[in-house]
Amino acid sequence: MKRNSAYIKGAFFAIALCFGLLAGFGQNNAHAFSNQVVQVGATGEDVVELQSRLQYLGFYTGNIDGVFGWRTYWALRNFQYEFGLPIDGLAGGTTKNKLAKASKYDKAWVNRQIDTGKKFSYYGGEKKSAKSGAAKGGTAKSGTPKAGTAKGAGKPKAKPAQVKPAKNIPNGYSQNDVNLMANAVYGEARGEPYIGQVAVAAVIINRVNSASFPNTVSGVIFEPGAFTAVADGQIYLTPNAQAKKAVMDALNGWDPTGEAEYYFNPDTATSGWIWTRPQIKKIGKHIFCN
Amino acid sequence: MIRTILIVLLFVAVAGTGYWGYSEHQEKNAVLLQAENNYQRAFHDLNFHMDSLHDKIGETIAMNTRNQLSPALAQVWRLTSEAHNDVGQLPLALLPFNKTEEFLTKMGEFSYRAAVRDLDKNPLSDKEYNTLKELYANSTEIQNELRKTESLAQKNNLRWMDVEMALATNKQPEDNTIIDGFKTVDKSVEGYSDVDFGTEVSNMEKMKDRDLSQLKGKKITKEEAKKIAIDFFQLKKNVKITVESTGKDAKYDAYSLTLYNPDTKGTTYMDLTKKGGYPLYVLYDRNVGKAKISLNEAMLQADDFLKKHMESQMEMVTSDQYDNIGVFTYARLDDGVRIYPETVSVKVALDNGDIMGYEGTDFLLAHVDDRTPTFKISEQEARTNLNPKFQVKETSKALIRNDINEEVYCYEFLGILGNDTFRVFINAENGNEEEVRKLKEAEPSYNDI
Repeated sequence: MKRNSAYIKGAFFAIALCFGLLAGFGQNNAHAFSNQVVQVGATGEDVVELQSRLQYLGFYTGNIDGVFGWRTYWALRNFQYEFGLPIDGLAGGTTKNKLAKASKYDKAWVNRQIDTGKKFSYYGGEKKSAKSGAAKGGTAKSGTPKAGTAKGAGKPKAKPAQVKPAKNIPNGYSQNDVNLMANAVYGEARGEPYIGQVAVAAVIINRVNSASFPNTVSGVIFEPGAFTAVADGQIYLTPNAQAKKAVMDALNGWDPTGEAEYYFNPDTATSGWIWTRPQIKKIGKHIFCN
Repeated sequence: MIRTILIVLLFVAVAGTGYWGYSEHQEKNAVLLQAENNYQRAFHDLNFHMDSLHDKIGETIAMNTRNQLSPALAQVWRLTSEAHNDVGQLPLALLPFNKTEEFLTKMGEFSYRAAVRDLDKNPLSDKEYNTLKELYANSTEIQNELRKTESLAQKNNLRWMDVEMALATNKQPEDNTIIDGFKTVDKSVEGYSDVDFGTEVSNMEKMKDRDLSQLKGKKITKEEAKKIAIDFFQLKKNVKITVESTGKDAKYDAYSLTLYNPDTKGTTYMDLTKKGGYPLYVLYDRNVGKAKISLNEAMLQADDFLKKHMESQMEMVTSDQYDNIGVFTYARLDDGVRIYPETVSVKVALDNGDIMGYEGTDFLLAHVDDRTPTFKISEQEARTNLNPKFQVKETSKALIRNDINEEVYCYEFLGILGNDTFRVFINAENGNEEEVRKLKEAEPSYNDI
């Protein structure tokens, strides 16, 4: 027993020494990553760092956008393969340590580029930033390259990468669809409970998938007479965060309505025909029907 | 003197107001006219497209060779979609016109299927010719009725704005020609509702008719539903639960439960099937703070949740982070085969790892206890049917629903071509390429609104 603990102590000492050495040699490494495991689909700071470091080493050729997409996934796996790590596509403890050791990361610089919306790349620490997308006639500034001397670093392929943090959006839809739907949901059901808002968004999606309605989100929303909020202009109000949340839930598959294609407010409905539709359930003030 | 000045001022004021009113009126008319013009264009376009659709279907009946027939059927497909599009721009939302729209969609699907088929090897059958003839007869009726409406509208200068007003206020004047015309069209289509579009199109229908009758277990009562919910969430006594039953016309017979927890001030919504008491969906509504745990940790929470509440073995197929929410979809794993139709989604809050939602409708509808996998060809053989430029990274077995909604066993290849990642499904029986799915990369933020 005693011997064992002595071994452990020794091991700890060695590890501590290693850390000390590391801290001494590369200042970058000290604050590398958070201690979270990063997996496909994740977003945020850790992903930006992961992409930057992978790009530094030449594995990742895509845009540093802060979303762990498929290109990042393959880049990470290639890195794990080259460095003899288990190839799982997860950025866990060992992978991140290896990555931090092999590359350098200038967090402030990268974040500045992202904030200003400039196009930039980070190959082998050779930082390149190009003119921002906004056409305000600014001159193209190239970032001041700091001394980046990574061994085995890929040659800078000067393809300017893209801008601003990106976003995950459910498959088959775009951010603009989400915004449009959020507008419609807010205009139609802002006084409703949360579930009622998800339900309205779900009806829009059910209609898009239905044979008897137009096949696009905009086609369904702007079908003349389909939604009162479109007819009286309430759709152009600025939606709140809750409406957007409701839309995202509906796009991700939540359908509280039981596949309804119509709904109406029994207090204000003017059409007699709508009452003849088979009713499914009432959510909030709305009756949903087939 | 003062009086004269007053009179002059008053005159100026009246004249000014008059002029202002007049120009407002002009402007309003211009806007109304513009809306009317849009409706008129859509209406006349619809007539034009129905005319040519009718002619094209007629021609296909007379055609014999493939190099004539395939393009003609493709034309039919295009025209149905144009006509459908025109209908979507007319203010008919409150008018029963959905039979006609459905008819257009099915006709489009039917002609598309026939157009992309190799008609040399597999020519149109007698049954399909009969279908075409029936479609022809039906489109004759639609066309006649629409033309009649169109000519009356032109003769009497009927305006679509009046139709819109009539529909919106429900004060239907007895003789609104346009409304009557469209109603007649929809009636005539109804008469053709038994047209046999063939198995491929009717498979679409079957998907719509699925219900929950195959579920095991007996019907539960409202009280039992409450109990299930309390067990499900391991709730304390102080939670307020309301239960409501779905209407008798609901496709899925269920109880809708609303649970309010005064401790967390959160509301949970849940639907339980009446038969067997299975959860259709769960949604928990509360404010989610900043993301503190990683997507990976959230996934472990979701794994736990599914292990606790589902008997089947589930495998994660997608994971996505939306700011402070993680959403995961799982497919059932059956003897190492991913059953893609049987999926559930789980939503996890990234501030503390709470399960925020569960959606299991698809799983319940598609679930079959024992399937018999048929893998006739080997993975190597399946590989030869892949695009040679496609670089395979991972291989697995899967069951998917193909584009005509049949369940087929496939080899699933995950790989890359250029910068894009794809999932390719190769039929495990005949080596057909069943589906190629491009996996979406994140979309850059064009504008933070």
